[in-house]
This record gives sequence, structure tokens and C-alpha cells, in this order.
Amino acid sequence: MNDDKIKIKVRNYGFYYGTVKVLSDVNMDIQENAITSIIGPSGCGKTTFLRTFNRMNELLPNTRVEGEIIIDGIDIYKDNIDVVDLRKRIGMVFQRPNPFPKTIYENIIYGPRLHRKYTKKQLGSIVESSLKRAALWDEVKHKLNTNALDLSGGQQQRLCIARVLAVNPEIILMDEPASALDPISTQKIEDLMDELKENYTIIIVTHNMQQAARVSQKAAFLLTESTGEPATLIEYDDTNKIFTNPRDKRTEDYITGRFG
Amino acid sequence: MVGEGIEINKRRKTVMEKISYTFLLFLTLIVIAFVMGIIIYLIVKGSSAINWEFLSQKPRAGMREGGIFPAILGTMYLVIGTLIFSLPIGILAAIYLNEYASKNRLTRIIRLSIINMSGVPSVVYGLFGLGFFVILLKFGRSILAGSLTLALLILPVIITATEEALKTVPDSYRHASLALGATKWQTITKVILPQALPGIITGSVIGIGRAAGETAPIIFTVAAFSQPNLPNSIFSQVMALPYHLYVLATQLTDTPENMQWGTALVLLMLVLIFAVSGTTIRTRFRLRKKE
Repeated sequence: MNDDKIKIKVRNYGFYYGTVKVLSDVNMDIQENAITSIIGPSGCGKTTFLRTFNRMNELLPNTRVEGEIIIDGIDIYKDNIDVVDLRKRIGMVFQRPNPFPKTIYENIIYGPRLHRKYTKKQLGSIVESSLKRAALWDEVKHKLNTNALDLSGGQQQRLCIARVLAVNPEIILMDEPASALDPISTQKIEDLMDELKENYTIIIVTHNMQQAARVSQKAAFLLTESTGEPATLIEYDDTNKIFTNPRDKRTEDYITGRFG
Repeated sequence: MVGEGIEINKRRKTVMEKISYTFLLFLTLIVIAFVMGIIIYLIVKGSSAINWEFLSQKPRAGMREGGIFPAILGTMYLVIGTLIFSLPIGILAAIYLNEYASKNRLTRIIRLSIINMSGVPSVVYGLFGLGFFVILLKFGRSILAGSLTLALLILPVIITATEEALKTVPDSYRHASLALGATKWQTITKVILPQALPGIITGSVIGIGRAAGETAPIIFTVAAFSQPNLPNSIFSQVMALPYHLYVLATQLTDTPENMQWGTALVLLMLVLIFAVSGTTIRTRFRLRKKE
């Protein structure tokens, strides 16, 4: 693994809902081809932070970002950035599996077909390779034309991952991707993430500390210290270090379960 | 004793349950009874008038004989014309309101206008159509003017139904689509509208029912008392079922009574056919999605 390759630089990042500042002074470098987990108690802005990277926060009215998010050397909040193009490069997996109420096949080809035309044959191979990379192919290859909503929750979530992979992103954002799933499905998603990190940069938000410890190489701990104040990045380091030998007392309190 | 108390309570509650159940059922049955009553009455009184000649011929002998074909055709034309104008405008307006509009003053004014539009009496639409489409825009009394007037009348129905249908599409679909790099418009056309289609169809069917049955808006804008020739352009006048019914019932003496009832029955059947085909399309669509 190439340890020092930086994919994303976060500089003096802050975020406002209306006039309320919810995140402040976040600075961190996110590694390429690694899994970075964002942990912290409920309501500390983990999801808000995650949605900063594909500018999904913009769907809400009256939000504002300060600072810079630099991906491959480019600040994605500059005026000349095409959000549509950005989101093509940065896929997102949501907390609850949200396949479209279409067939499995249609779910996968939805993304690719937004961006250009493909022949039927090309689409077929996109579907196969995406489902294979999402470890779902063997379970669904005989029923690609059935409704995606008939799959189990865990299969639906892997379908959503496959749907993201079909667009060939560089970065995958995951917002508690296993929190609505049973332990076996969770296990499958985690194994999958481990494979995917060879080719993708993954950022995962999780409230499950064991999960963060299991899957990620880097971990960032966000915390709102007192109500009304914005959350800040308390500690960011190798996951091993965060969970075994944290620098900050507050990190230690959190990972040992003293609050949150 | 506790047990005794509970038993008494239970008995009392069961009685209350039964009374309210019966009462609600009774009220519902009244509604059904009226609908069935109207239909049965129409069938009893009017079915004797219905035969192939009645459906396919022009009126003869000062409308006292012959059929009502021009009125059936005219109503069909009006319904189609109305949908051509009201569906695109209504659906697009609803998309704007639900997907694009921010919560500001303009949006509030638009919503208020739509609510008011649905409260305006239909005769006022007729007068407006006369003044605006017929006279000012010089469309004359024509299918065009009548369709536009009816389109205005059912716009609130289409907009409201479409907006409700759009609201039922979960945001998670929108987010999934946008996160894959879809534009807002791609998201609307590829994910949201297909999901909302059943609701839109329902709204359209209700709209069709109103457009086909209204008399007041078409009296001034399109309806002909009697027409020797069938319409040949969108600037022709047409006969229409509701107006024809009005004429038969009030303007002419000694028309056979079963012709009046027969006309009403045909109008009802026409609306019913539209409704059934709407529901069939909707069910087909749902099934296809479920496959």
C-alpha cells in the first residue's frame, strides 16, 4: 500500500446550517486507496462532513461551506466545478439501502447511461463486472430482471454499492452502510470494503467503533464539546493508534465508551 | 371485584364499538346507495333509447328522433383537447412546485392561486373563456376555445394530484440518483415521474370526468345547439353531451323522455370508460414495475 499518497486535503473546513455553525476548523489529509473512518457521537456532524465531499449538502437550503476541500489538487467548492461531474467521480452509499424500484439490471445501468451511450453488450458487461466487484453476482445472476426491492436488505445494499461501482468513481463515501443490516450482511459489506480499497479511496461514517477498528486504516474523531458550539476534529491518526493509544483524553473517553 | 369491573367495562366498550362500526358502515352504504341509485335509475329510464342508431346517427326531426353521435364525438374531442393543454401544463407546474420552487412568497402566491382556481364556479370559467379565448384571441366559439377553457377548469385538479403523487416518491430515490451524477432533470424524468405516474393518471381521470361533464364552461365557448355537419377543424363548434342533455331537457318540448335519460347514460358510460381505461393503464404500469 502506498502510504503517503494523499487523495483529499481538507483545509480550515467549516459548515453552517443557516447561521448555525456545526463544524469548524477541520484539517486532514485523506489517503488514497485506504479506508478512512469518521467516528463520533450522534449529532456531531459526521454525515454532514461526509456529504461535503460530493456536495450533497447543497440539496438543503441555506447551507454554507468555508475553507477548502481539495481533491487531486482541485478545490471542489470553486465556482467552476461541475457538481454533476464531481458526483460521478465520488460515489455514495447511503445509510438505508435505496435501490430504485426498478430491476437489478436497470439499477446498475442507471448511472453509466446518465453520462454516455452504451451498446447492449457493453451494458451487459458493466452489469456483470459491477455485480462481481460488489460480491453479488452469484446471488442474482439468474434474476437480473427482477425488481431490486425483492432482494434482502443486505443484498440491496450490495446492489447500491454495485450501482456506485458501475459509474467508475475514484472515491466512495459510505454513510453507516451497515447500520440497517444484520450481522452476516454487515460482515459481507465489510469484507467487500476491504477488497474495494485496493482500487478506491473510501471514507466511511460509522457510529460503530468496532466496525471502524475492523475496517479502516485511518480514523477521524469528531466531537461537539459543548452544546451550541460547532464540532471539531479532535484526533485523526492511524486507526490502530486511535484505538490503542489515543493522544487525546476525549478520544480515549469516547472509545472506551464513557460517553456517546 | 376487579374481574367483574373489567367485564362490565368490556361489555360497555364492545357495545360502543359495535354502535360506531354500524354507524360508519351505514354512512358508507348511503354513499354507495346514492351512486348505485343514480346509475340504476339512468339505466332503467334510458337504456331503452340506446341502440346502434342512437349512438351512430345525427339527430333528426328537431332532435326528437335519430341519435346523438355528434354530441358523443364533440365531447370526445373536447376531452382530448382539454388533456392536450392541461396535462403538460399541469404536470410541469406540479414538477416546478414540488421539485424546484423554494419556500418563498412567489410560491405561496402560486399555491394560493391554485386553491382559488379550484374554487371558482365553472360558469365564471365559461364567461372568462368567452371574453378571452373566443373574443379577445378571436378563436371564435370553437373546439380550441372550449378545450382551453375546460383545461383551465381542470388544471388545479391535475396540478394537485400530480404534486401529491410527486410527494409520495421518497427522497432517498432523489438522493441516490443525484449522488450517481444525475442532473436534477434526469432525476425527475428517469426516477421520479415513472414513480409518480399512477397518481398522475388518477388525477387525469378525475379531470377527464369533470371536463366531460361540465356544461357551463362550454355553453359560451364551443357548444352548438345543433349542427348539421360534423366538425372539421379545431375552429369548428361541436355539440357536446352535457349541453345536448340540457337542450333536450329544457329547450325542447316533447322530446321522448328516454332520449334524455339515454343521453345522460351515454355521458356516464363515456366517463366510466375513460376511468376504467385510466385504471387499467395504471394497473398495467404497476404490474410491469413489479415484474
